[in-house]
Amino acid sequence: MVRVVLPYHLRNLAKVDDEVQVDVKGPVTIRTVLDALEASYPMLRGTIRDHVTGTRRPFLRYFACQEDLSHGSYDEALPEAVATGAEPFLVLGAIAGG
Amino acid sequence: MSGVRVLVGTRKGAFILTADGKRDRWDVSGPHFAGWEIYHMKGSPVNPDRIFASQTSGWFGQIIQRSDDGGKNWIQPGTKPGEPTTTPEGMPMGESNKFVYDTSPETGKPLTTHQFYDGTAHPWEFKRVWHLEPSLTDPNTVYAGVEDAALFSTQDGGQTWHELAGLRGHGTGPHWQPGAGGMCLHTIILDPSDPKRIYIAISAAGAFRTDDGGDTWKPINHGLFSQYIPDPTAEVGHCVHHVAMNPSRPGVLFMQKHWDVMRSDDAGDNWREVSGNLPTDFGFVIDVHAHEPETIYVVPIKSDSEHYVHDAKLRVYRSRTGGNEWEALTKGLPQSNCYLNVLRDAMSVDSLDPCGIYFGTSGGQVYASADAGDNWAPIVRDLPPVLSVEAQVLK
Repeated sequence: MVRVVLPYHLRNLAKVDDEVQVDVKGPVTIRTVLDALEASYPMLRGTIRDHVTGTRRPFLRYFACQEDLSHGSYDEALPEAVATGAEPFLVLGAIAGG
Repeated sequence: MSGVRVLVGTRKGAFILTADGKRDRWDVSGPHFAGWEIYHMKGSPVNPDRIFASQTSGWFGQIIQRSDDGGKNWIQPGTKPGEPTTTPEGMPMGESNKFVYDTSPETGKPLTTHQFYDGTAHPWEFKRVWHLEPSLTDPNTVYAGVEDAALFSTQDGGQTWHELAGLRGHGTGPHWQPGAGGMCLHTIILDPSDPKRIYIAISAAGAFRTDDGGDTWKPINHGLFSQYIPDPTAEVGHCVHHVAMNPSRPGVLFMQKHWDVMRSDDAGDNWREVSGNLPTDFGFVIDVHAHEPETIYVVPIKSDSEHYVHDAKLRVYRSRTGGNEWEALTKGLPQSNCYLNVLRDAMSVDSLDPCGIYFGTSGGQVYASADAGDNWAPIVRDLPPVLSVEAQVLK
């Protein structure tokens, strides 16, 4: 199971606390983790990535193992620690602006 | 006894204010959707407990929410037709957030560009829903005005949305440009006497009308004069802020423009200025008394750069003659050191007798008058900046 940490407002939207766990079949990449997240929490569709283009919303970033993965490929394998659940995959919202 | 429910959208959540018919003691519930911009909430005229909300955020995009119990509980209604409305675990589906411009050969129009602030060609991009207008006859049908300007509708209670592409694609689109808040379709008026007639308005393209249910549209801006655009009497390009109509007088429209208060007596084919003795004719809101179709209300704002009330006084102006002759309504409103703005969807009337008027300000107050504007009092004073106000009568 892959652990995912969501920003506060998306935790409220999905009605979850803290972090969630999603079951990813096959390679664990940003794309497959978000696909699994949205399959389990479909109200999140369109919130982290644009519905149509799939691009990351500009005020959000992807982190794991203390690295910013936001500008990398959606299909590159995430660190092994994320795949095993030892480390979470983080979707971080910008703290900027009102 | 009848009651009133006032739906308030703010920059940081939604609030629902309720009172009985006396309208002097109010209950406040909220914030719903705390932390999100609620651009608009509106209830179905057929079933007032069914309310739709546009929940939006620069971080997370657009969410459509629906309540079927007057705002106590909310769901995201989206799902594809034929599919279950929830996951096997009971989670609501997210398709209600999906607004995709229709470019299909069968029903759509090609995506063109529109003008950007600097006059360059800019692609059409969806940002948010500015206004929701439930059908007058069907609780499952709602129209949505969006940014970048287009008209969408749902026939399944908000689960899925489809563009009425005839508006975006009717031909003048490449000449539209955004107002300061974005190129938004902010006004939708459904004609109660003709189900195929709809009026809409866009900042900063102007007003448009369909007479065939949305397939074809025509600009209805003849008579508008906008000195700040290259051709002040152009067919499109006017920054219309809001349009209002009394349902008992379909075809008589009142408009608050970026400067000028206007009136049309022929369904928008021709407009004439009725600013009259207003201290300033810039503003955003305009509304019509529920029972007196010639009584209209505006809140004059000092200028297009000073977005606050004139003379540091919060004054609603009322005309009982359909424009030109205006009186200031001030009882109960601050008359000094007041620098508030009232945004275009932030005024509403109820249909009780006497007619109730409500408006919300950039300072977070929601003011109410239970006597058509003669006296005012704040329902609440300290909300986040108010984006929209809609009043419902509960029987």
